[in-house]
Amino acid sequence: MDHQSLLEVNDLRTRFHIAEGVVYAVNGVSIKVGEGETLAVVGESGCGKSVTMMSVMRLIPMPPGELASGQALFRNRDLFKLTENEMEHVRGKEMAMVFQDPMTALNPVLTVGRQIGETLRIHLGMDERQSHDRAVELIAQVGIPDPERRLSEYPHQFSGGMRQRAMIAMSLACAPSLLIADEPTTALDVTIQAQIIELVKRLRDDLGMAIIWITHDLGVVAGLAERVNVMYSGFIVEEAIVDEIYEHPLHPYTHALLEALPRIDRRRDRRLRSIPGAPPNLLVAPHGCPFAPRCDYAFERCRQENPQLELIAPHHKIACWVDVSTGKPR
Amino acid sequence: MTPANETSTSIANNDYLVQVNQLVKHFPVLQGLVIERQVGSVKAVDGISFNITRGETLGMVGESGCGKTTAGRTMLGLYPITSGSVKISGIEVNKADRQQLLTIRRKAQMIFQDPYGSLNPRWTISGIIGEPIRVHRLLKSNKERNERVHELMLLVGLSPRLINRFPHEFSGGQRQRIGIARALASEPEFIVCDEPISALDVSIQAQVVNLLEDLQDQFGLTYLFIAHDLSMVRHICDRVAVMYLGGIVELAERNELYENPLHPYTVALLSAVPIPDPKKDRIRQRIILSGDVPSPINPPSGCHFHPRCPLAAKVCSEAPPVWREAAPNHWVACHVI
Repeated sequence: MDHQSLLEVNDLRTRFHIAEGVVYAVNGVSIKVGEGETLAVVGESGCGKSVTMMSVMRLIPMPPGELASGQALFRNRDLFKLTENEMEHVRGKEMAMVFQDPMTALNPVLTVGRQIGETLRIHLGMDERQSHDRAVELIAQVGIPDPERRLSEYPHQFSGGMRQRAMIAMSLACAPSLLIADEPTTALDVTIQAQIIELVKRLRDDLGMAIIWITHDLGVVAGLAERVNVMYSGFIVEEAIVDEIYEHPLHPYTHALLEALPRIDRRRDRRLRSIPGAPPNLLVAPHGCPFAPRCDYAFERCRQENPQLELIAPHHKIACWVDVSTGKPR
Repeated sequence: MTPANETSTSIANNDYLVQVNQLVKHFPVLQGLVIERQVGSVKAVDGISFNITRGETLGMVGESGCGKTTAGRTMLGLYPITSGSVKISGIEVNKADRQQLLTIRRKAQMIFQDPYGSLNPRWTISGIIGEPIRVHRLLKSNKERNERVHELMLLVGLSPRLINRFPHEFSGGQRQRIGIARALASEPEFIVCDEPISALDVSIQAQVVNLLEDLQDQFGLTYLFIAHDLSMVRHICDRVAVMYLGGIVELAERNELYENPLHPYTVALLSAVPIPDPKKDRIRQRIILSGDVPSPINPPSGCHFHPRCPLAAKVCSEAPPVWREAAPNHWVACHVI
């Protein structure tokens, strides 16, 4: 499972300056993805998973956003040091993004064909004819029937699942080495979600691209990712290969999250274990472990000092002072 | 603590609180700017029948557009019924007079999906939770009403100190608690929960689900739990109805339905749900349905599912399947199985 490094994000900190103060959205996140690897970033709303990837893509408006620190090495080139012009050649061509809501991500007044063709004309310098032919191929590749006709339609004529397919076709237009998928199936029904996941798996295997799949759904990730990063309140709290996360979750948050999840494949044997309280207010500068107020195992040190992510088992890192198996400090 | 354990349901007794018989709800499709004429109808709910026993939780699942929300709303009289009947606590909803309708509105409540859109942003929590008490004239004085709102807030796990705050000051999970407190204010027997947890984060979902279960134990409530999260439905519901394009295709006790699904649609739907267990997920046989759900304006002939069905035979496109009891308490509408 060793991959050559493709993207390496180091100590990323993103903040937003708003009227109420400073929002500490991402607080020192490091992420690595290898060539052809599938990484999942899991967390609840407001945990900073989308902001992290948007920062890497340099899609955060500044101001109000601020990049307080960090480095994003894409094939050893720091994306944060590129000019906007150079960045435009990376975006869409070398790394592409698929968003949660395909309706707002697509332009409602342009035909789908025009929008896919635009990527091809800008990045690959194709002419009208070539880009049309390639768009037909792409649309067929993502499983949209009757591609010629569908290309001349507008996004509102597509169903949710078809729109997401069109978005994926668009992101694949330049055969990127990295696809960032930001909750691409959250707005879809389960049967359509299953279609999209199968499609992405097939394309990944055919094209050999790396994927960062951002989601709040631990179920979706299980059959898709090789490695999982769990985020909470702007920090990565656990990182491991996929089997480890589900079989031996070591961070109390991941542990609690899995316990809070009902299972379709099992008979009910108990009430759901709920996590008390709510995620922290991001307007307060982080102090101590962000999960401490909701954690069953928290002790004094957790409230004072924020643990760093460290390797505690093969392919398994956590940021926690406690050993969940004994419930005592490590 | 009945619903907390596996052995809870006995559907044998006939103490039905809710009886739905051949319920149909069509919405007209109009065309023309000045003179509108009806050119068709959206067959949102097309003849569904089921009963809900007192104290039971019936789950209703299906994909978006299958009519599950419309079914719930029509049952409470929020939409006029096209045909068929709904009886709640012995009162027939579509034939109820003013007084009876008021009784139904008090005894049957609803919790909505969107915790943002379902609370009036200009009202304080006290006003929102106190509204049903005022409307139904359950308590006379302001003081009594305030005390009751206090009590309700404690019941759903909100601090009564927040009584004069506005909805925007609360998180999604807290707002859903406010919606639950409002539903409880009129002391209902039956609550339609329309995707009450879909908009919430996983860690908050469990809180709300546990709260709903506690309240059910405490007050003997009966729930219709409408959801698309099939894992949560297995957890919380006693029996589950699967809807497809306006009709119920299968209805059974939860473990029977999840372990022994009969209808090809149920089988496909269940196989599409991801399992948070990588080893299991990898070896799982998935049935990927092709295409989308067809339009409920012109549903396919015969069995509505036949164009996407892996088992479809000739008869499936010709005649609608009969609703029959294939195994004890396991109902299904399918020609093939």
